[in-house]
Amino acid sequence: MSSSADIGIWGVPLAILGGAIRVSTPFLFVSLGECLTERSGRINLGLEGTLIFGAMAGYAIAYESGSAWFGVLAAALAGALFGLFHGWICRFKGVNDIAIGIAMMLLGMGLAFFFGKPYIQPVAPDLPAISFGWWSENPQLRAALQINALFLLGVGLAIFLHWMFRATRIGLTIRVVGDSTDAARAIGLNPNRVRLLSTAAGGALAGIGGAYLSLYYPGSWNEGISSGQGLMAVALVIFARWNPIYCLWAALLFGGAGALGPALQSVGVTSGYYLFFAAPYVLTLGLLILASSPDKALEGAPGELSITK
Amino acid sequence: MSAAPSVLAPPKAAIGIEAVGMSMRFGDFTALDHVTLKIRPGSFHALLGENGAGKSTLVKCMMGFYHASDGGLLIDGREALIRDPVDAQRLGLGMVYQHFTLVPSLTGAENLLISRADAPAVISWRKERAALEAFLRKMPFSAPLDRPVSRLSAGEKQKLEILKQLYLGSRFLILDEPTSVLTPGEADEVLGHVRALCQAGEISVLMITHKFREVSQFADDVSVLRKGKLTGSGPAADLSHADMAQMMMGAQLPPSETARTAHNGDVVLSLRAAKAPDRSGLGQIEIAQLDLRAGEILGIAGVSGNGQTELMDMLTGQRKLNAGQIQVHGRDYGATRREARALKIRALPEEPLQNACAPRMSVAENLAFRDFDQIPDGRPRLWKNSREMARRAVELISAYQIKTTSPHSPIAALSGGNVQRAALARELSGDVDLLLIANPCFGLDFAAVAAIRARLLAARNEGVAILLISEDLDEILELADRILVMSEGKIAFETSAENADTAEIGAYMAGHA
Repeated sequence: MSSSADIGIWGVPLAILGGAIRVSTPFLFVSLGECLTERSGRINLGLEGTLIFGAMAGYAIAYESGSAWFGVLAAALAGALFGLFHGWICRFKGVNDIAIGIAMMLLGMGLAFFFGKPYIQPVAPDLPAISFGWWSENPQLRAALQINALFLLGVGLAIFLHWMFRATRIGLTIRVVGDSTDAARAIGLNPNRVRLLSTAAGGALAGIGGAYLSLYYPGSWNEGISSGQGLMAVALVIFARWNPIYCLWAALLFGGAGALGPALQSVGVTSGYYLFFAAPYVLTLGLLILASSPDKALEGAPGELSITK
Repeated sequence: MSAAPSVLAPPKAAIGIEAVGMSMRFGDFTALDHVTLKIRPGSFHALLGENGAGKSTLVKCMMGFYHASDGGLLIDGREALIRDPVDAQRLGLGMVYQHFTLVPSLTGAENLLISRADAPAVISWRKERAALEAFLRKMPFSAPLDRPVSRLSAGEKQKLEILKQLYLGSRFLILDEPTSVLTPGEADEVLGHVRALCQAGEISVLMITHKFREVSQFADDVSVLRKGKLTGSGPAADLSHADMAQMMMGAQLPPSETARTAHNGDVVLSLRAAKAPDRSGLGQIEIAQLDLRAGEILGIAGVSGNGQTELMDMLTGQRKLNAGQIQVHGRDYGATRREARALKIRALPEEPLQNACAPRMSVAENLAFRDFDQIPDGRPRLWKNSREMARRAVELISAYQIKTTSPHSPIAALSGGNVQRAALARELSGDVDLLLIANPCFGLDFAAVAAIRARLLAARNEGVAILLISEDLDEILELADRILVMSEGKIAFETSAENADTAEIGAYMAGHA
């Protein structure tokens, strides 16, 4: 408390900024993964399950191997497997991707809790953070500027995806498949394969998001590790209009909202601060209402997406 | 003759195509019966036929979508084996579909590039743009490359489709009713360019069409299909429109025009300073004044995308007005189901299968949409009366000559003309004061067009006020008593049908006057 007093009320925005960066990383990875999947014309609601399984797998492998990065790799692999499974089921006729997504979410959570029991006690190595606050004397500023390597990776990934959708054959292929199955077939693409691979890649990113949860912040494995980030990220993609760069800003916004509660708590607001823990959920609802319009269709929505058809 | 090895490099000039004794059987049904068709290199060949005459089957066999049960294809005199559309593309055969196959959210440039089989893994847009612009400079016409295709007009899309085929190196183009979405001006422009490309020896063209005018004006040769058989073929210059109609329809000729009876009814529909945002949200639709009287057909002409769709949306309550009012019989009209019922207003938007029908529900159910929920005296009905619905459906099906296997088959199984007939049967049954209708004959064949136009005239003669929004100027000139031209969201011009001058209307449509 005494150190907070040094910069007074400025501690709140600073804590929110630091928190935004810290809390946004899983949002960022899951939403980029979902963005990739949805751009190919398929929706994967199972990313919440993938996130939790990724958290468990990442933690377990990091503990067993002693390397946090091996954990991240394992989480990505596990996520890709979940994505492949989702994509494989969805290629059959008459299968609804939303229903499968919900089933996959429950499956991922169930498997994670089952295999994760032995890893609740042990302590796995953390992911490294890079300190960007070395120039400052202020401990809070230094704390806020402790930025995890995965966050930087995510920022790079958002820029990369944006470029990929615009200027690579793979990116254009994904957009064609997402916008019109018929047009894709007419130019000789295989929509099912493109969607399968996009869903797998999206799952891998969600898995990495999970590894961040268990290996950095909060930094341990337990069954309550995710508070719905996987699901909120789906809403976030809609809010970000399927644009990876907007996904980055939206993830930071959601992260900031998530950090509001702890930040207020840290400056000594003791009553009602827990209401602010609900900020991300209120924000999700509010933004979706604000972003909707009774007159206009969602702009930028992939044409083949089952929620916007 | 043994199959010749396929040509490896795409051809450099127009190629000649010959279908020899081509037959296609689906089970017991013969869709195509020993059709032999020769398209000379560099010629513009028209293929006429009613819906279901086998035109699509023939071109699908040529393009490798279907494998012909019998017969084969010669390319420049050599037998060619086409297993799928990819083979066809490699041999220089390309097809422009009636429904656009461009990807709506991609820009023109992106669409062209991704359709290429050898699209680079990493695209250097600067280099590709330069290459595309160099390609466009060699073409007689151009299309915008920077806007997403969803924001292009129908004419621009059609031009882009054709450019795409040329960009891919096709030397034989099949155009499936290329002008059905274009205005007369756009159609003439596009077909003129296509004809110029043929004459330059760049491409040969086979065009599926219903429009005799286009055949006489642009085609070198014409072939006519009827019920899967070739009923006539020859130079287009040698055939009159009556000859072509005879070949298309057999002995039966289209019904003659219904006589008009004079009316001078009361104003039914009136719009005053009605404003609403347009589809893009950037522009504004503004109808300063529009009056429609009973027993009158008011035609709204205009180039596609000049606010006609929005006007229909405004009148059917799907687009909120910012200002002004819509009145029917002097009362404000908000287009709710209750108001429409009380004021006897019916509406039929364009493409009724998507916009005015539930595709998977049965013909009988679709026909009952207007009154399934009320008993004849107007009180609400609790239980649906299937027997009554089926009885009404049978009546309407025979009265409007809707071809369906049964009243209980899904309406999506019907051909376009029959869906349009069914929707019109529903909208014109019962007591009608005002009919709002958009592009009623879009994509329909000759017989269906004649039948629907006769229905509209008959309704007019009975005193129905009809607002006819159409992108087909010929249709407006044939049906309307009074003509308004819409341009950039406003009424630009008004004329009575007797004094209508096509050139003048065309100038206002193009926004030049």
